[in-house]
Amino acid sequence: MALDPRFRALFETFFEEAAEGLTAAEGALLNLSPGSEDSELVNLLFRSIHSIKGGGGTFGFTHLGRLSHVMETLLDQVREGSRHLESHSQDLLLQSVDCLRCILIAHKEAVDVDEERCERLSLEIESILAAGPGAAKEAAPNTEVVESLHSQHGWRIAFQPFPHFMAHGNDPYRLIRLVQELGPTTIVSSFAEAKSFASFEPETCACSWILELRGEASREEVRDIFSWVEGDDCELEIVELADESASKTEAEFEVASEVATHATSQASTSVQMASSSIRVPVDKIDSLVNLVGELVITQSMLARVEQDNVLHQVPELRDGLGELERNTRELQETVMRIRMLPIGTTFARFPRLVHDLGRQLGKHIDLRLSGENTELDKTVLENIGDPLVHIIRNCVDHGIEAPASREAVGKDPMGTIDLRAFHQGGHVVIEVRDDGAGVNREKLLAKAAEKGLVEADAALSDEQVLQILFHPGLSTAEQVSDISGRGVGMDVVKRNIEALGGAIAVASEPGKGTLFRIRLPLTLAIIDGQRVRIGDETYIIPLVNIVESLQAKHHHITCIAGRAEVYRFRGEALQLVRVSEVLSVPRSQKSRDGMVVVVEGDDREVALVVDELLGIQQVVIKSLDTNFERVAGLSGATILGDGTIALILDMNGLIRLANSWRHSRATQSRCRLASQ
Amino acid sequence: MAQILTIDDSATMRQLLRTTLADAGHHVIEAKDGVEGLQVAHGCSPRVVITDINMPRMDGLTLIKKLRAIPEYKRIPIIVLTTEIDGKKKQIAKTAGATGWITKPFDPPKLLAAIKRVLG
Repeated sequence: MALDPRFRALFETFFEEAAEGLTAAEGALLNLSPGSEDSELVNLLFRSIHSIKGGGGTFGFTHLGRLSHVMETLLDQVREGSRHLESHSQDLLLQSVDCLRCILIAHKEAVDVDEERCERLSLEIESILAAGPGAAKEAAPNTEVVESLHSQHGWRIAFQPFPHFMAHGNDPYRLIRLVQELGPTTIVSSFAEAKSFASFEPETCACSWILELRGEASREEVRDIFSWVEGDDCELEIVELADESASKTEAEFEVASEVATHATSQASTSVQMASSSIRVPVDKIDSLVNLVGELVITQSMLARVEQDNVLHQVPELRDGLGELERNTRELQETVMRIRMLPIGTTFARFPRLVHDLGRQLGKHIDLRLSGENTELDKTVLENIGDPLVHIIRNCVDHGIEAPASREAVGKDPMGTIDLRAFHQGGHVVIEVRDDGAGVNREKLLAKAAEKGLVEADAALSDEQVLQILFHPGLSTAEQVSDISGRGVGMDVVKRNIEALGGAIAVASEPGKGTLFRIRLPLTLAIIDGQRVRIGDETYIIPLVNIVESLQAKHHHITCIAGRAEVYRFRGEALQLVRVSEVLSVPRSQKSRDGMVVVVEGDDREVALVVDELLGIQQVVIKSLDTNFERVAGLSGATILGDGTIALILDMNGLIRLANSWRHSRATQSRCRLASQ
Repeated sequence: MAQILTIDDSATMRQLLRTTLADAGHHVIEAKDGVEGLQVAHGCSPRVVITDINMPRMDGLTLIKKLRAIPEYKRIPIIVLTTEIDGKKKQIAKTAGATGWITKPFDPPKLLAAIKRVLG
């Protein structure tokens, strides 16, 4: 089929939709257990492939059409219950989904389609269709039977509508007019069936017609006019005028024995995917985000003017400012939500990953997903996929044991990986939990000692041992497999997550399994920050890191071993970090170490000493990396209402900086007063 | 020319229908499944309805039956869009109350001819 240039614009839509359809099909295939077909899943699967076939045919993608057609035929038989989906067919369908995806990409990038692969899969599915129960219905896609057209001198058409003819939305006069358009026609009406006026029913058809069409119109053309009504809604006889004896009845449809009992499909997961949406290029949204950022700055500038008490005499202006603040906040939240996407799109690739890896390693694994609708910033979402893939690979490869060893310890031979996402206090948390063997402490320690990461006889807490997992270049697999041993370690995972402003923690119980917990910020562009004064400078502490702020009580500060200072906070001793010393902020006359801000970072709490708390405000993060260079302890900068620049503290970095600063002074690490 | 209600779960197909029909001067109203189609149908009075069969939530056959139960839709032509070429499906569609069918992938001139056939 030659491609209409108008439809080129449709390509983009089709590619996106087809890709979504394939993902849905893949998900359905993976969730189908062979032999016990869930009709909802089969329907979803069928519909997905069906749509792709439709689109493929429309755009003239013959290979797409060919493969999806045989897939659809197979699925149709499963749907009708005349065939069970065996695991072989299931695999074949999965491979076919992959192949369809490749074909789509090939068309999108205008490169050659792997015809051989497509043909091989089509033939394999056809052989299943030919062999199995409910052999394939003979239906070839996109072919039209073209009858030889020989010139005729005319047709005599006996047209007798059934009484229900009009109830199907048909109109006999329209059909007659269409016949008239083919050539000069004589019309003879018959009212033989018409009842008396008293019993006349306007909704039933009681007439019949004999039409005599002269001209060169072919039998096909005449039949085409009646093609929708012939057989079901009317009796039709088309006879060549020249040869009346050779009358032929053109009945196309045999009455189906099957009764139409199509169950209404219940709302399925695909409904969410079909929710109304528009696709907007990211750069447009980003410029909107930037503008909103500027607006936030302007707003805080005006708010500052207000604080200066100049405007007390002008209440209208004050009200206006209040309004502006509310609107700015609302606008900002709305704009930010545009960038938010459900994490389900990222999760969608994992069932296949786990299925394939499990098969490769001979492990049976059930992957359970939850919280797919949890929304995350697009950038965070895009960058969290790879770390998650790595963690899940690790779970499958190192976490879950082989079925035999699981049975030996009385576990279900089928391993489980739980992948869930949820909101928690301004963050999104993603958890990957497996019910495998857990981290082998001895093996890990031995390996770490061998690599010189720890002292062979070091007394480490479980927590510290698990932290070794994130050490660069460590792989605990006895044999480096091509699954998780790709030279990329958990250290890269940790780094990537931290680059997103997130954190990863791990917990493990021998024999019970391992839990990876990733905490991510909702957005990267604007944060709520606490302004603090240190010396003569203003810094921003992200509000999410702050546990509590309090007046510094100097008798709560204890000096341990002469150097390390701790702050007593609710019976616990927190490492005290004097930000001015760590960042070498020049002390001025205003310095007074007045406030302690308890913050969370690097998986623990520390007490920061600052001079003064200034106020809470939204800050637009301007990257230091792009505008200057990466600085340890700082995550970026922002412009304050008065036009000055404030640096934003990065808690993880700051604590590490503080530790190395302290180490350089040869002091001891954190300790707990409670244990003393 | 005429108001036409199209119901299809595929955005590609909806867009294709819209392009073809709008180019021919028709006014197109869209719905993405049977449930939405039924809702939309209550709020407008199209001259023709074109619906897909395989759709989530409510399939085209159920939709046709429900439409035919509405007095205003008793005589409105309903055209089914189908990729299935065997007569059985068409028969089922007709029993449900469909006027006719168009085989997907459709040829734009053929679609317009079909519209013309029911609009006269």
